[in-house]
Amino acid sequence: MKSLCLVMTLLTFVAVPSAIAVEPNEVLTDPALEARARALSKELRCMVCQNQSIDDSEAPLARDLRILVRERLQAGESDRQVIDFLVARYGEFVLLRPRFSWHTALLWLGPAAMLVIGACGIIVLARRYRANFDRARAEQERLTAAEAARLSEILRSGEG
Amino acid sequence: MMIAEFGHYALVLALALALVQASVPMIGARKDDPVLMAVAGPTAVGQFCFVAMAFAALMTCYVRSDFSVVNVFENSHSAKPLVYKLSGLWGNHEGSMLLWVLILSVFGALVALFGSNLPARLKANALAVQSLIAVAFILFILVTSNPFLRIAEAPLEGRDLNPILQDPGLAIHPPLLYLGYVGLSISFSFAIAALIDGRIDAAWARWIRPWTLLAWMFLTLGIAMGSYWAYYTLGWGGWWFWDPVENASFMPWLATTALLHSALVMEKRDALKVWTILLAILAFSLSLIGTFLVRSGVLTSVHAFATDPTRGVFILAILVLFIGGSLTLFALRAPLLKQGGLFAPISREGALVLNNLFLVSACATVFIGTLYPLALEALTGEKISVGAPFFNATFAPLFVPLLIAVPFGPLLAWKRGDLLGAAQRLVGAAGIAVITVAVVFAMEGGGPILVPFAIGLAFYVMAGALTDIVERTGLLKVPLATAFARAKGLPRSAWGAAFAHLGLGITLLGVIGETQWSLERIAELKPGQTISVRRYELQFDGVTTRQGPNYRDLVAHFTVRRHGDLIGVMEPSKRSFPSRGTATSQTALMTRGVSQLYLSLGDPNADGSLAVRLYYKPLVLLIWLGAVVMVVGGALSLSDRRLRVGAPRGARGKAALSPAE
Repeated sequence: MKSLCLVMTLLTFVAVPSAIAVEPNEVLTDPALEARARALSKELRCMVCQNQSIDDSEAPLARDLRILVRERLQAGESDRQVIDFLVARYGEFVLLRPRFSWHTALLWLGPAAMLVIGACGIIVLARRYRANFDRARAEQERLTAAEAARLSEILRSGEG
Repeated sequence: MMIAEFGHYALVLALALALVQASVPMIGARKDDPVLMAVAGPTAVGQFCFVAMAFAALMTCYVRSDFSVVNVFENSHSAKPLVYKLSGLWGNHEGSMLLWVLILSVFGALVALFGSNLPARLKANALAVQSLIAVAFILFILVTSNPFLRIAEAPLEGRDLNPILQDPGLAIHPPLLYLGYVGLSISFSFAIAALIDGRIDAAWARWIRPWTLLAWMFLTLGIAMGSYWAYYTLGWGGWWFWDPVENASFMPWLATTALLHSALVMEKRDALKVWTILLAILAFSLSLIGTFLVRSGVLTSVHAFATDPTRGVFILAILVLFIGGSLTLFALRAPLLKQGGLFAPISREGALVLNNLFLVSACATVFIGTLYPLALEALTGEKISVGAPFFNATFAPLFVPLLIAVPFGPLLAWKRGDLLGAAQRLVGAAGIAVITVAVVFAMEGGGPILVPFAIGLAFYVMAGALTDIVERTGLLKVPLATAFARAKGLPRSAWGAAFAHLGLGITLLGVIGETQWSLERIAELKPGQTISVRRYELQFDGVTTRQGPNYRDLVAHFTVRRHGDLIGVMEPSKRSFPSRGTATSQTALMTRGVSQLYLSLGDPNADGSLAVRLYYKPLVLLIWLGAVVMVVGGALSLSDRRLRVGAPRGARGKAALSPAE
């Protein structure tokens, strides 16, 4: 589905993705450390690509970042420290999952807010609708003055 | 020799006809003049003919490799295989917009030809609105994106199509997606026509449902096709990236899925009218927004948009005109529409409202995630990225409750349903799910705890989808022949719903299998060395070269063994295109049941070794197979007699018409 991007943006020539992103010589010997590196890589943006993580990209800059992440991990830093370091260096743009703060509040809370507002809206509308419906029906069922007079007449004649 | 000019002229004539079609029938509908209203039909067909001529003219230029036409020069090459000469037409901005307009006019002509059972005013107004869209987009092509421009001195050879687009998947993907995108214009036009007329009833829902269903089927196929293309092309086996361009097609899909369900309520129960109209407007608006996002260059950067804004601003104007106009009309007219049937919260209608709530929230999530970075940058200049990790974290929690609710819908009665009864009928499906969870848990032994439950959920959705059919045919209770006879008697729409929901479960299973159990091996191999994943062992035999029509392949040969038995060969390659001096990587796939072995190449090293990436992708084919099953469900529903003949419209149907004034 990058397809569309390619089909549709003729203006910019998109670099042809090569098959290999993570190259064999980058892989760490410690599998646990490597797994952490891969997980981190998926959260980090390749700065020169359109919406690709450094794990997916074969751009040289992405490769540099992958190696940097691995060096930091090997030096004993926590995932958090690695991320902090990269954000300090490249800005928040490097994160594919933006941090929660005042300027991303709408982004993070939007979906839940949508659901809550939608649910409340449905409840309110359904209540109002039902009330209208009941009132209309009650009005329909109430006898008009002429009908009431006729009814009492029937009842009286029935008694008599 | 004058073919390009002929095409250009035909497009101008189409614009003229479109202007007539956009105005005269609407005036006719206002004055209740049948003659003026009747103008809509022939002009719609005429408009289609002229657009088709323009399209055919451009296609002829491509087939003849007429490089005096700028568009052909920039996107074609004389040595290219014919199929890619044809698909090169929509592999670029100008040509793809012409395809957009062609499909728009096809749908207009179809309504004109097959809409004989429509009320005259509704038909006239709908075709006029449809033509208004055509006017805007034909103008857009003629003013900013003319594909028929010539070069004074014709070059001898073209620049060729971007090699990555020279692929069968991508030849067919844009037309499918556009049929979906643009097909939504019909429900939009009908919605606007109903608002203009101030009159809407259950019959309206019945008329738009087949069109919406058709658009939805194409959209589903188009998205699935694009996803599979990305999977086998991009070389690391990803199939969905939450890329803004993907989101641009996914948002209309979510909205259309919601629309299909709400139109059902409107058709059967005359309720949710206002909401259904709004959804019809939103679904097409989202297609327009998708077109804007992709076409304007705003995705690359807000600044790229600002430096060359002609096209972007034009589409933005179209966007504001149609979305703003239609929502204003909606705000003015919707309060006049009379509401229909009442229902209890626990009922088929209630379930469909819940479905709409979650689908629309999911759609809003994608919308916010896609547009937030653009808006933030435009407003504050601050750049953030919103990528796959964000969407996975927000979209999934919204979709899980929906998946749990899906099997309940068809089991609840209209008006007032029995939740406990439905739950009891789903005991079988839940039982299957529990067994699945236990089995997967036993097999996994220590994997992520969520995985068995996710697989269980997929099985629950699949079994739940079939519950209704199993009960209604009495399968497992009555003799097989009786059940078969009953199955044939069931309405096609019941089968349609079952298949569509089954497809959803199948896709879910594929998604979980691929994301959780996928195995990856990265290695550098010399000839004779092997690489293995699971029970499969691949031996690298060496490299050869192969000459294609307009490319050269560097093919790596691998022999595949399973438990030591030879089961086949895999031949991934690097494909270089001299015309553009670029290369693509062709992955090799080996299908094992619904799972696949996936092999792609990196660059060869100086010492003769080759970097390779090998994946074992369990259940991966189910992702797209599920989409195909969904489309089959759509087709079954479309073939339902009640939709085809426009449903019984006896005295009762007439009485149900409720003028809003």
